[in-house]
Amino acid sequence: MPLLQLRDVSVHYSKTGSFLKRRGAVIPVIDQLSLELRQGEIYGLVGESGCGKSTAARAIIGLNQLNAGQILFQGCDLSQLSRKARKQQMKEIQMIFQDPYSSLNPRKNVWNIIAEPLRNFERLSKADELAKVLELVQRVGLNEESVYQYPHQFSGGQRQRIGIARAMALQPQLVIADEPVSALDVSVQAQVLNFMKEIQEEFGLTMLFISHDLGVVQHICDRIGIMYKGRLVEEGTVEDIFERPKHLYTKRLLVAMPEMDPEKRQEKMKQRLQINKEFDELADTFFDSEGRSADLQQISDTHWARL
Amino acid sequence: MLTIHNLRTSFRINGRFHRAVDGISLTIHRNEVLAIVGESGCGKSALALSIMGLHPPDQTAVEGSIGFLGRDLLQLSTSELNQIRGKQLAMIFQDPMTALHPLWKVGRQIEEPMKYHTTLSTKQRKQRTLELLKRVGIQKYEHVYQQYPHELSGGMRQRILIAMALACDPVLLVADEPTTALDVTVQAQILELMKELQQQSQTGILLITHDLGVVAEMADRVAVMYAGEIVELAPVNELFHQPRHPYTQSLFHSLPSSIEKRQKLHVIEGVVPAIENLERTGCRFAARIPWITEENHDAEPVLQEIAPGHFVRCSCYRHFYLSDGKEEKDASAAAT
Repeated sequence: MPLLQLRDVSVHYSKTGSFLKRRGAVIPVIDQLSLELRQGEIYGLVGESGCGKSTAARAIIGLNQLNAGQILFQGCDLSQLSRKARKQQMKEIQMIFQDPYSSLNPRKNVWNIIAEPLRNFERLSKADELAKVLELVQRVGLNEESVYQYPHQFSGGQRQRIGIARAMALQPQLVIADEPVSALDVSVQAQVLNFMKEIQEEFGLTMLFISHDLGVVQHICDRIGIMYKGRLVEEGTVEDIFERPKHLYTKRLLVAMPEMDPEKRQEKMKQRLQINKEFDELADTFFDSEGRSADLQQISDTHWARL
Repeated sequence: MLTIHNLRTSFRINGRFHRAVDGISLTIHRNEVLAIVGESGCGKSALALSIMGLHPPDQTAVEGSIGFLGRDLLQLSTSELNQIRGKQLAMIFQDPMTALHPLWKVGRQIEEPMKYHTTLSTKQRKQRTLELLKRVGIQKYEHVYQQYPHELSGGMRQRILIAMALACDPVLLVADEPTTALDVTVQAQILELMKELQQQSQTGILLITHDLGVVAEMADRVAVMYAGEIVELAPVNELFHQPRHPYTQSLFHSLPSSIEKRQKLHVIEGVVPAIENLERTGCRFAARIPWITEENHDAEPVLQEIAPGHFVRCSCYRHFYLSDGKEEKDASAAAT
């Protein structure tokens, strides 16, 4: 059984109408999104800004109301649960946020930041709590004194580690990481990526890794889903996506990745022009008149695309 | 065309001045794209703003000289500078969401520099603006002319900024992270556009970025900055195929695409020192590669030319090797 299953999930935002016309047009942000996360894998959700990938994450942890569809976690429908039961379930799902500067409360020290989820769910004595926090702090590679320090005293990479420690405090089964390294420099990014991989292996975590950076996704993920305008247009293993992309949009994303060899840039430019031309010409066959893509078709055991 | 000599930009922090840009000398030729790469805090944006003269004078001290078209930009008064800025010297800012005036229509924003720098009539200005919009690849240019920035997407806004910068045919364009806020597909389009425009109009571009991919796509020459200094300067092909300075090498190895999947990425030990407590003698990168012993560093590291056009600071590159896995682990532990 997959750990997390999204079945035809749709989320709409309604455009705020004018004073007299209270309800404006409905904009589908996520449109019948279905995906499965298996135990212990890192699933990469890739797409450009506005494609609905963050909304998907917010829907899973319950920050967005679903308009249709179900989210099953360990087989039970999250939206059907009572408030109390839901709260218990949510303990198993934690999130790592994008911006390590705004996701930590500047007025709280590291101890209080990391202990917050513990206080919500577990009644620990102060000594036990501190022991737990220290353990976590050491696990993410910070030193013990840092529990009395405040977020501004840390660098970006260290803050992101604090965010990771907070997410790990309750030993969740699923971690949703929403662009966890986008705000970081390359060398710091390398640190955090190595570290996330380590933690994931150690705890056998399942991770939903949301990113727009294909290089990072290629490095860390097992399976990848490509989102475009609220729908999943292609899904497959890293090899499926990077070596045998089927969907036009996937190809376009791949070709847009910067070429790291300056000698090949002319070649790459030509490829880009060609793919973009193809995209313009063939867009009609891939998308219907409302810009929605066709249904997913199976290409191999692991590979799906909307063709 | 632009000659920077021994530029030092200092910021006042708690009453004392600290150098963020520390003795940079550079030249940019006509029709050349010079990229400056480095991580946050290395002084690359401070350098760009120094060239444009946009640092608040009471908080910063800029010394050295910036020769541009036969004049030293640092000696000019604000009004003299204003005659150059926006005309021969233009800037593209990083964030297209904040660099545009939210209450002005697109047309007015692009026309503004023309109003100050040219004698074009209102009608001519409008015509030129429409041409510019067409040139930066906006199809419905007449419609966009009438729109407000909030009605446009990030990529469109970046195009507007480029159109604005090009309004008076600059000879040098300073682009500070022009594509950082954009999606990859849009980034590819904007880079292509800049390249195309640069070739058409023979403009020199000073491209400031932290993204080595962007550098590989755009630059002719690359300067790598670390802690306020240039540590390596080389033609783009040479830098990507034979990076010399330890910092440049480490940077390349920490890219996720640089190695086989599932392997660990290289981590540079330690953090970039804050400018208040930066050691200003010896090799500034030495503290982050402690397995290279002290005698391998120069006492007074200077840029040496090791191949035509290829400059490297400090001779520690000759002894440099990447630390293996074990040391890396120690490194990440020590980093905290």
